[in-house]
Amino acid sequence: MIEVRLFATLRENREKIYFLPAENFHCALDIYNHLNIPADEVSTLLINGFHKKPHDEVKDNDILALFPPVGGG
Amino acid sequence: MKTSYMGKVARINLTTGEIKVESLDFDLAKKFIGGRGLGTAMLYEEGIAKVEPLSADNKLIYITGPMTGTASPTAGRYMVVTKSPLTGMIASSNSGGVWGAKLKYAGWDAIIVEGKAKSWVYINIEDDKIEILPADKYVGMLSEACDEAFKEVHPKASVLNIGPAGEHLSLLAAIMNDKDRAAGRSGVGAVMGSKNLKAITVTASKNAVEPHDADKLKEAMKACLKKIKDNPVTSQGLPTYGTAVLVNIINNTGVFPTKNWQESYYKEADDISGETLKDKYLVKNNFCHRCQIGCGRVVTIDGNKVAGGPEYEPLWAYGGNCGNNDLNAIDKANFYCNEYGMDAISVPCTIAAAMELYQLGAITDADCDGMPLKWGSAEAIVEWTKRMGEASSPLAKLMADGSYRLCEHYGHPEVSMSVKKQEMPAYDARGVQGIGITYATSNRGGCHVRGYLISPEILGLPEQLDRTTTEGKAAWCKIFQDLTAVIDSMGLCLFSSFALGAPEYAALLNAGTGTEYDVNGLLEVGERIYNIERLFNKAAGMKPEDDRLPKRLTEEAIPDGPSKGMVSQIKVTLPQYYEARGWKDAFPTKETLDRLGLVEKN
Ligand code: SF4
Repeated sequence: MIEVRLFATLRENREKIYFLPAENFHCALDIYNHLNIPADEVSTLLINGFHKKPHDEVKDNDILALFPPVGGG
Repeated sequence: MKTSYMGKVARINLTTGEIKVESLDFDLAKKFIGGRGLGTAMLYEEGIAKVEPLSADNKLIYITGPMTGTASPTAGRYMVVTKSPLTGMIASSNSGGVWGAKLKYAGWDAIIVEGKAKSWVYINIEDDKIEILPADKYVGMLSEACDEAFKEVHPKASVLNIGPAGEHLSLLAAIMNDKDRAAGRSGVGAVMGSKNLKAITVTASKNAVEPHDADKLKEAMKACLKKIKDNPVTSQGLPTYGTAVLVNIINNTGVFPTKNWQESYYKEADDISGETLKDKYLVKNNFCHRCQIGCGRVVTIDGNKVAGGPEYEPLWAYGGNCGNNDLNAIDKANFYCNEYGMDAISVPCTIAAAMELYQLGAITDADCDGMPLKWGSAEAIVEWTKRMGEASSPLAKLMADGSYRLCEHYGHPEVSMSVKKQEMPAYDARGVQGIGITYATSNRGGCHVRGYLISPEILGLPEQLDRTTTEGKAAWCKIFQDLTAVIDSMGLCLFSSFALGAPEYAALLNAGTGTEYDVNGLLEVGERIYNIERLFNKAAGMKPEDDRLPKRLTEEAIPDGPSKGMVSQIKVTLPQYYEARGWKDAFPTKETLDRLGLVEKN
């Protein structure tokens, strides 16, 4: 399973969290498509806590965290 | 020449009652802009570095920037500059609301408060008129009540005050204005209390500041507003969720210090996030004067009370750092920080340190008077905040002076997660290498808003850096520190920098004051400001070893979560940083001082 966590505005009309079968997805972008998330709405993609790109591979047991542009301090 | 400086400074001596009107030193202003930079230069020139912070010899400077009150983005900020009783070094605490702009509208760039009044007083400013009035009947009042009581006498005034914490000289005391905006850090409220000064009320008949070149400013402002509108952080992220939106991203990176930095990933983080705050407690946004972003929160507490809500830092500090996921309790504790007038970062961080001392058995149940300092206790964070505000028990009194003194008292100095005796904020420098340099070298002690490398290292702004590596971070840190010093000195809010860069700030400043800075020239002013702060600290007795991180960050690896196994590489980056700055053993070399046109005072 791959765990996908959505945050901030990406949660609108979606769940906060999805568990998806790993075999259906090759890269993070496949997951965006599956969840109907336009790639340009994701400003930060973390895979297991590290910054990654949409074309980077995903595998079983990965945790993805997707954020729109956020800032603060 | 027409300029957005008012050209006037008031010097108010509370010992003698004398009030002097002085001209602004334009030469000094040219070198240090205003606000944080100019305030520090004035303090340094007046020989304040060596005085006892809580003695009548210390001076308290309330200072605006040349852009404060002008038609510029986020132009409602002012600074309190003084020698800090918490760190023994330079303090410059920034605040928004409307008070700073009103001071300027009343005709003043700055007011310098000296000496000590015999009994409690307040200062009332109405345009040119300045008077020192008795304040006995306001003593003991909490911020909201204090604001309202002064408004009965001065209906159109904006009120700046200390709360009970400042009155009893808590080293974590803040200076509050407009009820819930705070010049929060470094114990500036205690300096005000030590002078027996309860409040400063300001009424102004004007409501604008004329710039040097109104057309140019309009043009610069237009370009800035477009950038703020087009930038998703300033147009959506901050207005929708406030700074609290950071909770989840910082936690998912595994750098969300938990239980006083013993861990760095908090499973319940979403319970205390900006998203949850918005869903459950948010009433509306709050805007500082002349702000187009509006990151402030207004929340409901206990289902009925409406008050200013927490920013990211207190959410973290009362939340994960105390192992607590009760958001209503955080809202409430944060509210008490405002009411008692205390730093909403250092207070909860000190409670977290006390909780670790309790875990270690150093603080016992007998010390706790029926409210044990247990991890995750929502009752404890609220009750101990109140107790610290009132200094109502021996332990509360100790805690009210911060974690460094508390932990030293109990023989566990390593438990205090502080730099230069000031508590560090909400990002674990073990998993974000650049921010560790900011913490270690911040002139006012543990602090994130002196070079916010979280922007490039986590948020990807202006570009994404690898948070785990040290390469290039020293140079990034220097530039961020220098640009921040400029923004703080102009009288603008640091958050504008998510959308704006050095060219925009130069255009605004030039239009306001008639200067002709380009980007490099402006950054050099920032560098000069950073260096004069360092000179102040040197004169105040700072040692090279004060530029250090707590042992936990260099010796105890993050035990779990996404950043498991990491420690800070500050030993690698610090020498690189000194090199980039032209410093030797933590202080500027003669060449660096000459290049920046600075002279060291003995
Ligand atoms: S961005 Fe937030 S803190 Fe800054 S001026 Fe606006 S409301 Fe105040």
